[in-house]
Amino acid sequence: MYKKKECVAMLLAGGQGSRLYTLTEKNAKPAVPFGGKYRIIDFTLSNCINSGIDTVGVLTQYQPLVLNEYIGNGQPWDLDRNHGGVTVLPPYQGNKTADWYKGTANAIYQNINFISRYDPDYVLVLSGDHIYKMDYSLMLDYHKAKGADATIAVIDVPIEEASRFGIMNTEEDGKIYEFEEKPPKPKSTKASMGIYIFTKDKLFDYLRADEADEKSSKDFGKNIIPTMLAAGEKMYAYPFAGYWKDVGTLSSLWEANMDLLGKEPIFDLSDRSWRIFSRNDAQAPQYIGPDASVVNVIITEGCEIYGIVENSILFGGVKIARGACVRDSILMSGVTVGAGATVEYTIVDSDTRLGAGCSIGERREKGGDVTVIGSELTIDGGMKIEAGAQINAAALAALKK
Amino acid sequence: MSVAGILFTGLHRGSFTDIMERTVATLPFLCRYRMIDFALSNMVNADITNVNVITKDDYHSLIEHIGSGKDWDLARRSGGLTMLPPYLNTNTASGLQSSPRLSELKNVYPSLSFKEDHVVLCDCDTVCSIDLNEIVNDHIAHDADITVAVKNQFVTPEQSRNTIIFDADENGRIFDTSINPSNESGYRNVSINIMVIKTDYLMAIIDDSIAHGYGSFSRDVIAKRADRRNFRIYQYDGAISTIADFNDYYNVSMRMLADRDLRNAVFNVKNRPVYTRVRNSVPTKYHAGCAVHNSLIADGCTIEGRVENSILFRGVKVGRGTVVKNSILFQDTLTGENVELNCVVTDRGVVIRDGRKLSGHESLPFYIGKGKMI
Repeated sequence: MYKKKECVAMLLAGGQGSRLYTLTEKNAKPAVPFGGKYRIIDFTLSNCINSGIDTVGVLTQYQPLVLNEYIGNGQPWDLDRNHGGVTVLPPYQGNKTADWYKGTANAIYQNINFISRYDPDYVLVLSGDHIYKMDYSLMLDYHKAKGADATIAVIDVPIEEASRFGIMNTEEDGKIYEFEEKPPKPKSTKASMGIYIFTKDKLFDYLRADEADEKSSKDFGKNIIPTMLAAGEKMYAYPFAGYWKDVGTLSSLWEANMDLLGKEPIFDLSDRSWRIFSRNDAQAPQYIGPDASVVNVIITEGCEIYGIVENSILFGGVKIARGACVRDSILMSGVTVGAGATVEYTIVDSDTRLGAGCSIGERREKGGDVTVIGSELTIDGGMKIEAGAQINAAALAALKK
Repeated sequence: MSVAGILFTGLHRGSFTDIMERTVATLPFLCRYRMIDFALSNMVNADITNVNVITKDDYHSLIEHIGSGKDWDLARRSGGLTMLPPYLNTNTASGLQSSPRLSELKNVYPSLSFKEDHVVLCDCDTVCSIDLNEIVNDHIAHDADITVAVKNQFVTPEQSRNTIIFDADENGRIFDTSINPSNESGYRNVSINIMVIKTDYLMAIIDDSIAHGYGSFSRDVIAKRADRRNFRIYQYDGAISTIADFNDYYNVSMRMLADRDLRNAVFNVKNRPVYTRVRNSVPTKYHAGCAVHNSLIADGCTIEGRVENSILFRGVKVGRGTVVKNSILFQDTLTGENVELNCVVTDRGVVIRDGRKLSGHESLPFYIGKGKMI
């Protein structure tokens, strides 16, 4: 027995996020840690529950182990429900075909049965790789008020950056008359956020037609949206104002983390009216040692700090020894920094050990790229890692030779 | 081997009960815990998943804290966490007065039933990470009726008044029991308020105590029947801190802060995490201009001032120019700018406005009650 839901959310979480390099080697992009105790997907899942959407399908494909384990039964987000809740939807073997998800549209197409169980009027399509707080229920109200077939959330971007996005050209009332993917000469600054609401029946019609089209690349941005537009469906752009960041590159991931710092941060997580939920470990409180210095830092449970930390984000269980100095960096859970080590402008992935006296990266002011150290590595004492280096197990082995 | 657990949350009504209006079980401890978390986590970490929590009066904050038990992984279809508030009828006349364990068991007798062979009984007045299975295994290996866990420690006559001391022969069999003695001193086997009992024997004791009006395990059972029954001690030699009054509370907290090894012996034992209620606090922010030294800090705090030798619970704000020393600030304590605190314990939601200076002394910390504004 399934209860009817007005709106079902489908969260595309299968992307590899290849521009995050070693951070997504063993991990899907939505599961990449963020902001001291979160993972990227927490923002979308929390937005769903805060918007009153309690039925979420999470489509996984690339390196799903961590993500599956993390989502579990959905309890941290209050999505462990008798009716609805969160359901992880990996590709599956059907009685005629067994297919990987070939594109975003195909991923939803393969799960039409899942959506149909809840008999929703609307389907919200989301991607799990942005940092933002958004009330989807307002967008749904907008969709209903406009009597739209599809509504696409857009955000104003600077005109000089507009050619990096999918741009919606709209009439005054928000009706979309043209969609341009990465236009060289953008006519508007309304960039698609990759958030769509469809009236269910229309969506299913276009998904089925797209599936039958062998030339289609089965993608919402490339196929479904342009086809619907060409067919004259009612499509509206929903303007969103607020913080929204694609953390698809190392520099944007670093920046988005740093946006949390400061007394009046660019992006505020402490807003009690829109909480971001995450799965919590049972760790001891954080301890700041007698000679430690922590300035403009975010620190999480389980950390033990004896050294100097500035302008940084520390995840749970990070240990920083006496005399070590960490600046402009992101240290993910369980990272240890040995005595006297310096870490500058670096992202260090989980459970990596940085030996005593090692030197990682270079001061950010020198203008180099962010340095990245992969997970579960051991950097020997005294070792030097050049600024901008991307160290995974193979690169480290080569360096040690 | 199958083991059930019983937790007593209404005992040990020490001076913190008068000062802080809290039972020891719900006393907030070390940034994010409540005292009951240690006993509950010890049970869960020993795979004891049928846990019965016996409450007294004033158990609303306990129920709020524990909820369904899911944060301890005790929200189970079978077994899991059961709350047992007092059940009153003519057999349970002891009513709502403070009473020993056996009386509390009599109060809930109609609700007790175990399919497990043994029951671990535990109070909530100690901070420790203890492997309960070792006590249970020792109990089974010696075919004991009751095994009480003790720690051999030095007591002064003054301290001994708050203790129960067991004397055992070289094989560990109890031959004498001293309850709240005033003349004991030296190294003695002091009860740490954890015991293991055969289930059948436990039920028989409760039955018998209803008929005879008994109320105390130590006085009416262990002291009286030691010659006929196999009552044993289990020597625990790990770290344990008992909190009996408000000064203990302050001193034990400060010792946990000062002694890293002691902290690790409770919080960093492999496979034995300490669980507590998940609050989804944001991480803590240390702003430019802050200075924090030798302090334990929970998530969700915002620190702009100076914090030394202090313990901050979740959601505490330390304003600009403020100095907090040797103090314990409970959840959501807000301090304004240029505040000075020394040896102060603020309860939940206390607000200290700009420029206020408050000080207690290490031997007499100054306590500020829930929600007070100064």
